[in-house]
Amino acid sequence: MAQDIASYGWVLALGLTVLKSLLLLVALLIFVAFILLADRKIWAAVQLRRGPNVVGPFGLFQSFADLLKFILKEPTIPAGANKGVFLLAPLVTATLALAAWAVLPVMDGWAIANINVGVLYIFAISSLGVYGVIMGGWASNSKYPFLGALRSAAQMVSYEVSIGFVVITVLLCVGSLNLSDVVNAQHGHYGMFSWFWLPLFPMFVIFFISALAETNRPPFDLVEAESELVAGFMVEYGSTPYMMFMLGEYVAIVTMCALTTILFLGGWLPPFDVAPFIWVPGVVWFVIKTCLVFFMFSMVKAFVPRYRYDQLMRLGWKVFLPISLFMVVAVAGVLQYTGWAPGQ
Amino acid sequence: MSVAQAFFYLFSAVMIGSALMVIVARNPVHSVLFLILAFVNAAGLFLLMGAEFLAMILIVVYVGAVAVLFLFVVMMLDVDFAELKQGFAKHLPLGVILGLILFVELAMVIGTYLVSPDTARTTPTLDPSVSNTEALGRVLYTDYIYYFQTAGLVLLVAMIGAIVLTLQHRSNVKRQDIATQVARTKETAMEVRKVAPGQGL
Repeated sequence: MAQDIASYGWVLALGLTVLKSLLLLVALLIFVAFILLADRKIWAAVQLRRGPNVVGPFGLFQSFADLLKFILKEPTIPAGANKGVFLLAPLVTATLALAAWAVLPVMDGWAIANINVGVLYIFAISSLGVYGVIMGGWASNSKYPFLGALRSAAQMVSYEVSIGFVVITVLLCVGSLNLSDVVNAQHGHYGMFSWFWLPLFPMFVIFFISALAETNRPPFDLVEAESELVAGFMVEYGSTPYMMFMLGEYVAIVTMCALTTILFLGGWLPPFDVAPFIWVPGVVWFVIKTCLVFFMFSMVKAFVPRYRYDQLMRLGWKVFLPISLFMVVAVAGVLQYTGWAPGQ
Repeated sequence: MSVAQAFFYLFSAVMIGSALMVIVARNPVHSVLFLILAFVNAAGLFLLMGAEFLAMILIVVYVGAVAVLFLFVVMMLDVDFAELKQGFAKHLPLGVILGLILFVELAMVIGTYLVSPDTARTTPTLDPSVSNTEALGRVLYTDYIYYFQTAGLVLLVAMIGAIVLTLQHRSNVKRQDIATQVARTKETAMEVRKVAPGQGL
């Protein structure tokens, strides 16, 4: 009997993992539905509009109505398109965006896979995200999508470099590639002032701006740039495939917000280690912080005019890359010579 | 059959299949996409062997950067298939010879292993208390730092060479100089003139 349990233990583990993944998936999709609405509402409020307010109370069900609309529409595939790749592209985008959540810890021990190289995994998955864009743009067999895809790919690859260096500075302070260790390393005596946003403030700013560029958010939404490229690589897409692109994009945005929370804002840790704050479960803090970062994403979208393409590239390669490279050296030097480096 | 074995066969089968498709596919873009699939499955094989750092680096470097460049080049080039097929017979002997050499070498490696598995002891003694990220870091940056620096220098030279080859100073192009724009003051940017009514400047 005991041997039976031992040999079939992996079935149980598999079932549990599938269950956990489904739970996270559903929670994430509902979160994305409301984040989408929040994005539109915040944008509207800045422009003194009401935003979506018809479907449900305060327009709360707008995203679900949109979902129904997208699914019920007829998908069209252009005659000259490369059919397989054309349909594969949105799937790749959406799947990869969701796959990143496998390693993100929302509370101590609450990660589907608490792997040793969590940060690298996130980095690898986000570097794959560019394929959805390139494949979509190329398979459409049309000029605007192709130009949009080339631009977008160049942009995403460029900003990944500075994101990588920012992550390295955080890892230097942590001494581990595990995302749970990253959060636990920020636990200190000063509550929110011992999180990494304060000691690594320049890196925090660079990471935030690079995250905007990496997820193609305004002011770096040159991928879509409707005034020059119609709608970028998504021009030929409609109905469900378009929805998959949209979903992938917003999930990637939420991932970046969550990653900012984990790397710089102390993940699930309460802002102060005193009574009313520590009663609140960690996952609530995590969601609150993620929403806060997303609020900043939305406000940037509402405030800042779009960058020109050469300015975008200049910012990435000539400003962020040297600063973050210098900071890697500086942080490593400070840690080494003050003896603050972990594991010494 | 254990789970690990099942995954090994899955990854290997998909990898060999996609590697075959790389050379069989008619469309070069499809070839590159299959190449990416092969890379991802290779990363899966690394994971099964417990080399999670190598697996992730393989994806970040090869799939995330190198294959993107491949894809860029292949997409931009207008490949003419008829022309490609013309040279097929001419280059066939060379290809056959190369393939034969590779095949013989592979057979020798596998043959040696089958006859006496102890000839080349490649399995390193792993210290279970050290993660393989740390172990790799120790080898690269502590034990062999000078070789690593030398390799870095060689790459730097290659990079500078590539930049020098493509750099050209064109004087007829207007460029934005952010520094001069920011350094402009009211005095250098504006000129106030008194204009008498009805006369213009």
